[in-house]
Amino acid sequence: MSKIKKDYEHTFFGKLERWIAGENDVFYEDPEPMALEEREKKAGHNYLAYLEQIPDVGYSYEKAKAYHYIYRILTVLMGVFIVGTLLYVVYFLPPFGDADNPVNNEVSRRYIEKGMEETGAVNIVAGMILDYRAFDTFGESNVLFIAASAVLLLLKAGDGAKTAKSQKEIGMKEDVILQRVTFILSPMLFLFGIYVILNGHLSPGGGFSGGAIIGGSLILFRNSYGYEAIEQFFTEKTFQNCTLIALGFYCLAKSYSFFTGANHLNSHIPLGTPGDIFSAGLILPLNIAVGIVVACTMYSFYALFSKGGI
Amino acid sequence: MEFVCNFPFFSIMVSMFSGVISSVLKGKKARNLGVAVNGIVIVLSAATLAYVMSTGESFVYTMGHYTAPWGNEIRVGVLEALTATFFSFVMLLSVLGGMKHLSRELEDRSLGMYFLFLNLMLGAILALIYTNDIFTAYVFIEINTIAACGLIMVRKTGPVYVAATRYMIMSLMGSGLFLIGVCILYTVTGHLLMPNIQESVKMLMLRGEYHIPLLMVIILITAGLAIKSGLYPFHSWMPAAYGFSLPSSSAILSGLVSKSYIFLLIKIIYRVVGKDTILGSDIIKVLFAFSVFAIILGSVGAIREKDIRYMNAYSSVAQIGYVYMGIGLGSRAGMVAAMFHILVHAATKSLLFISAEGLSQASGHTYRIQELKGAGYRSRLAGIGFTVGAFSLVGIPLFGGFISKISFAVAATEDPRKVVLVFIVIAISTLLNAIYFVRTVIIIYTPAAASEKSRRVKLGAAGCTAITVFAAVNFILGLFSGPFIGAIKQGIAMFQ
Repeated sequence: MSKIKKDYEHTFFGKLERWIAGENDVFYEDPEPMALEEREKKAGHNYLAYLEQIPDVGYSYEKAKAYHYIYRILTVLMGVFIVGTLLYVVYFLPPFGDADNPVNNEVSRRYIEKGMEETGAVNIVAGMILDYRAFDTFGESNVLFIAASAVLLLLKAGDGAKTAKSQKEIGMKEDVILQRVTFILSPMLFLFGIYVILNGHLSPGGGFSGGAIIGGSLILFRNSYGYEAIEQFFTEKTFQNCTLIALGFYCLAKSYSFFTGANHLNSHIPLGTPGDIFSAGLILPLNIAVGIVVACTMYSFYALFSKGGI
Repeated sequence: MEFVCNFPFFSIMVSMFSGVISSVLKGKKARNLGVAVNGIVIVLSAATLAYVMSTGESFVYTMGHYTAPWGNEIRVGVLEALTATFFSFVMLLSVLGGMKHLSRELEDRSLGMYFLFLNLMLGAILALIYTNDIFTAYVFIEINTIAACGLIMVRKTGPVYVAATRYMIMSLMGSGLFLIGVCILYTVTGHLLMPNIQESVKMLMLRGEYHIPLLMVIILITAGLAIKSGLYPFHSWMPAAYGFSLPSSSAILSGLVSKSYIFLLIKIIYRVVGKDTILGSDIIKVLFAFSVFAIILGSVGAIREKDIRYMNAYSSVAQIGYVYMGIGLGSRAGMVAAMFHILVHAATKSLLFISAEGLSQASGHTYRIQELKGAGYRSRLAGIGFTVGAFSLVGIPLFGGFISKISFAVAATEDPRKVVLVFIVIAISTLLNAIYFVRTVIIIYTPAAASEKSRRVKLGAAGCTAITVFAAVNFILGLFSGPFIGAIKQGIAMFQ
């Protein structure tokens, strides 16, 4: 009926028919319709280049600029609101360090009273994170590993691309003062890091803090002597092998421990005398594993951000 | 203890371990390892499911030598085992469906990395499903977030970085809120294991102590998980993240990752805060209100899109809305419907993303819906797959989506205040879904010029298997939904 109408094209049914036929989009007008051939030509038939041409979802730059100030004000207001609400909640929380707090219950009592006896670790924190709640720590070291892998994927230049070959290319200078200080300091830092890791079950410290110290000293060494020097003993291969061995060991050792624990078997891991360096069962080797992962992750972050490769 | 009780723990550890090993393997080897491990996980989870169904009881597995309030635990019931089996199955099929694309577009090293992220993500999703400890949940949320980011940015082109950054910011915001919530919860209860927290919360509610911190905990945890799963006002990261990543990534991100957070939320509602406490707070009404907006506005967004992947992504916004509507109904039946819809959407949206990729390959790698004319003839299986997925989400009988819509409607009848609104929303949304999905189906089956017809594209054996099995799963969910709904009911009963 309505097809006889003159302006059928502009009626609702006309639009509907064209829309079903897929000719044009009634609901959403393309601001600048570009023919397929034109786009393919522009992209040079390159699939990836074509992908990049697809505009990002959302708003144009001009539109975004107009909303910019409103966004800013709203952001501040939201931030103030959230901070205010959270502070208001803090007012209702139990007072800090009070003996009657809910956190001072049978859980922390057993950790403190029986921790040394059950885990063999003098440092209760090490006993908690590597024995009582070792599954969380396993997850946590995997977080570090996957974060380092993601940065490696993001920043590492492709297989063929070249990375900076000398220090000058990334704007580093030979600094004699820095080199002399590092010459004295970095062996001590290494030793201190190793000490913190190995004494993790005896005194404050452990894999996370010791690994951070070693990672820091690797970064210092690299900054003063450049990466030709550090590549003598630390390359991407080393990074991969170290994390693989450390995490693989953690996974297997803790799997054994979880398995025996859950099935009520004897794990045959001696706890030793609390206070000795070789004591506390698996905690010492696990600390070493965590330390290696942390050190490698810290250093690789730095290396990737500074030159795009380990 | 039966040996089969170890299987959930084995499946988590095997996938994490294979992720670690993948870092030193060459691309192809890492891929084969990843697929093999995924297969092993499916078998282990299915065995666990069979065991839990036969005993009819959930069991707790101690991670180590220390029991409940002191050490970590995982808990396995019917719902956990069913979700783990289904999710690992969908993940394997999504990877197979996008395999051709993966091998073509990623260089050797990136392929290895891709499977590193994938395996760690599988382990994290399993841990999120099984965990009985709220802090373990947080740790594995972190792994899940970073792995998802890796899956998005592995393609390494301009828009992907924007999408990944956006995803990262929103997702970390969600994790942060969740963590603050966990901290406050620990401060007022002194526990991290779910059953112990629930006991403490009950005591606190009875005595009327710490009312405001508990309310804040509920708000923070719900808001955090809602942001991470992309509920309506927080959905802005979704279209770009799903639209620009590889087809397998889009399928896994929309089908599994956001669902794993919703599953965790359901678990927290029942096993941490307690259902009565949640119902006593108004958060459930807020979720319901947001979900209504999500369903309508997600569909409207999908209608406006011209890119088929963006359309699928906006449709995910609407489907996530459905899941939250089920939770927002606040009844057992609503939760069952939400859980069933999680399964349906996981299977359907993965199918849609993978079929859309097949259709686009058959049309010279364009993603614009208008240019997909006749693609259903050039790539027959992808066309059938897309049609099945579209019909399922529209809610046509015989397909899975129909059963979940019916379940939502039936669940709504229990609540006289919400029933009218739910019916209207379902009706409108079905109409809107039909507009954009049926229109796309019509376009892909509109014959194109004769010269283009000859350009047939093969999907490869893996892709064909994936689409066929996904379509079959949709029919199974639609025709034989009884056992699934029965298992979900049994599982939710075990939660209490």
